Amino acid sequence: MKILVLLSQVPDTTARIAFTNGDTQYDGNGVTFIMNPYDEWYALVRALELKEAKGSGTVTTITVGGSDTEATIRKGLAIGADEAVRIDAQPTDALQVAELIAAYAKDKGFDLVMAGKETIDHNGGVVGAMVAELLDMPYVPLASKLDVRGDTATVERDVPGGVEVVEVKLPLALSAAKGMAEQRIPNMRGIMAARTKPLQVVAATPVTNAGGTAKFELPPAKGAVKMILAEEAGKLIELLHSEAKVI
Amino acid sequence: MSTIVFIDTRGEKLPKAAQEAVTYASKLAGGPVTAITFGDAQGLEALGASGAKKVVVARSVKALDSQQLTKLVCDVAAAEGATTIVCVHDATGKAVAPRVAARLKAGLVAGATGMPEGNRFRRNVFSGKAFAYVEVSSAVKVVSLSPNSIPIAKTENSASVEDFSGDLGTARITVKELRKAGTGVPLAEAEIVVSAGRGMKGPEHWAPVEELAQLLGGATACSRPVADMHWRPHHEHVGQTGVAIRPNCYIAIGISGAIQHLAGVNQSKVIAVINKDPEAPFFKAADYGIVGDAFEILPKLIEAAKKLNAER
Repeated sequence: MKILVLLSQVPDTTARIAFTNGDTQYDGNGVTFIMNPYDEWYALVRALELKEAKGSGTVTTITVGGSDTEATIRKGLAIGADEAVRIDAQPTDALQVAELIAAYAKDKGFDLVMAGKETIDHNGGVVGAMVAELLDMPYVPLASKLDVRGDTATVERDVPGGVEVVEVKLPLALSAAKGMAEQRIPNMRGIMAARTKPLQVVAATPVTNAGGTAKFELPPAKGAVKMILAEEAGKLIELLHSEAKVI
Repeated sequence: MSTIVFIDTRGEKLPKAAQEAVTYASKLAGGPVTAITFGDAQGLEALGASGAKKVVVARSVKALDSQQLTKLVCDVAAAEGATTIVCVHDATGKAVAPRVAARLKAGLVAGATGMPEGNRFRRNVFSGKAFAYVEVSSAVKVVSLSPNSIPIAKTENSASVEDFSGDLGTARITVKELRKAGTGVPLAEAEIVVSAGRGMKGPEHWAPVEELAQLLGGATACSRPVADMHWRPHHEHVGQTGVAIRPNCYIAIGISGAIQHLAGVNQSKVIAVINKDPEAPFFKAADYGIVGDAFEILPKLIEAAKKLNAER
């Protein structure tokens, strides 16, 4: 079984959010970058578990980014991926990223394409489905469980009011949400092995330019919190009704 | 120039998010629009009230098979000469909108939070800590609308309903089982959310949280530790790894407000925080705050909510 895991690099969860270049770019100055947690914890780890359970197959990670993403990519190899691909381009838009990934993955015969549910910077959660379309694969969004038997995948996902279980013949693409797997910390052997695992750099292919983010903006500062005495807690309900007008 | 809207209307009643998307599409178009849906929903004529003139239904598609649904949307878009395709930014929209965009080489605004200013659509990025203004330059654009972004239009109009007769290919996804859980207001649609955390000390103490939510007509939610300890079901977990919500009113009881929790709730219009620790970081993100013991404060809130309900 050949599994492709889409892997993004993002600013750390607690990083300062600021913009530069006339508010058109994220200001990464002095910021620690990490592997997108959902790609790491859910997609990559479940891909490795499936491969280990089967005792055969390969897990390939793919990232669109400059050479500054290679430390993050090596971490994926240290956690256990067999090989990594970096498409040498600055990611600017979901469609651009999806077209670059699909151009590489086409004709490579991947059985599973797995992405995290979204990145914690752009929060789109759409690249996986775009890749699925470009590779003509079925797609399950926000999967919380995945098992593969033979050429059939069983996938669970949360739906309003419950859990839906679906069956799909491979190949399949999906986005992975909570429940899929638990975080894995790379061990020393993994880190050593990652140094010599293949990290292939691929040149970017032509893509569609359909626009993108023209400007970023920080939300207005929150006003001071209005405190209510514990003895008069009932006032909260009155204020939410008559002042804030939300209940 | 034409606008169409794709919605998921499966379930017992017309989902709020679907009515919002129809309203939005009709506001963008400046008049009634064609809506597209699937499954065996009845009463779709009612979508006329929020701005649909016609509803096209693919009755043969029951599951969220994004390949069949993408073909459906693209076929109707071609027939109508649509240049703007609106979806909902929920699981269904997240599976279909990106596929439609990729197929049509169209720019996608994933999770618009309101009407555009000119050609600029605003969306939330960095888990609600910033906004991005997206400009689409392609001839066709796809916009998925975040739930709870605009009020639903209510007119006297009714829509005509017609079955889609084209070929959508064979379903590749089969639903094997649907396990039901909970019957209350769906969390993503709730305008009022009452949420509680570890401060409740145990699952046996949740009755007043549920009672308050019910009195206010809202949904209940919880923090991550509470879901991880199985005090509450996982689908109630709001935060970065759980569900991200943006209700009008979020009441947090016994939740300290870690950055990961805030990431899932900081788009709420008004936040009220009840915590016994005056240093709890959540107070910094709150509009209203009460420092005190949840077990003493909840009965007071319930009493006030009953009084309010009796008055209106």
